[in-house]
Amino acid sequence: MAEQNVNIAVGDTLPELTLPPVTRTTLALFAGASGDHNPIHIDIDFARKAGMPDVFAHGMLSMAWLGRFLTGWRPQSQLRNWSVRFLGITHLGDRMTCSGRVVELFEEGGEQRAKLEIQTSNQNGEVKIAGDAVVSLS
Amino acid sequence: MIDKKWIGYTGPEVTFDIERGRLKFFAQAIGETNPVYVDREAAQAAGYRDLPVPPTFLLAADFDSDELFSTLAKMGVPLGKILHGEQGYTYHLPVCAGETVVVQSKISDIYDKKGGALVFIVRDSTVTNAAGELAAEFRSVIVVRN
Repeated sequence: MAEQNVNIAVGDTLPELTLPPVTRTTLALFAGASGDHNPIHIDIDFARKAGMPDVFAHGMLSMAWLGRFLTGWRPQSQLRNWSVRFLGITHLGDRMTCSGRVVELFEEGGEQRAKLEIQTSNQNGEVKIAGDAVVSLS
Repeated sequence: MIDKKWIGYTGPEVTFDIERGRLKFFAQAIGETNPVYVDREAAQAAGYRDLPVPPTFLLAADFDSDELFSTLAKMGVPLGKILHGEQGYTYHLPVCAGETVVVQSKISDIYDKKGGALVFIVRDSTVTNAAGELAAEFRSVIVVRN
């Protein structure tokens, strides 16, 4: 497995993952699949009563996309830990991109690991989620 | 204002069955097409017993059991006023379709910012497999807009 790491260096970027625009259907399916039935994501009447102009995406939908992005780069068995901060609301119609880069290479738990900075941003470059992940390279 | 007496509150143990069909539905909802997440043979070829849960899936235990929302309701937090502030995961062992895991969550901190306009609820959860091994941990920070 070592050969896959030969070219990894601090500053390297991961292949971006671009998603289709967020639709109400996306949110309905994600509500069912994730178990998060909070009506603020699927019921415009509820959202308006709560003071929002419309429904908006679950933060966890974007984090699930970031999960796809990470496991598309390295197998999930190499993902050690990660966390994100939800900085802004992802709205209907937003076209999100997941991106990330290697910020540190280190040894821990008897293996080589990379720390990544990751984020999602919309079509206007507004960052909606930012965080970091530790991935084993061994 | 949320009573800080809730710091340290530990919820009941929640049993969560990892169902293959649910994992396929989740993959579909997030556009995941990697066969490891939708095809048992591909998952087994990758070394898993069955379809593995993808990185963020285990939070579903919280939602299916209604443990998160019922705890928030007991704390007097209205659903329309919450935002997800942070989420993190640490993995120890794979969790796959066909397993039953036990999830337990504890409120580890409550603090406010902006003079109480925003209240942060920090919740730490553990995921234990049938062998009693710690498989994963996750942390959720819920923000309440007052």
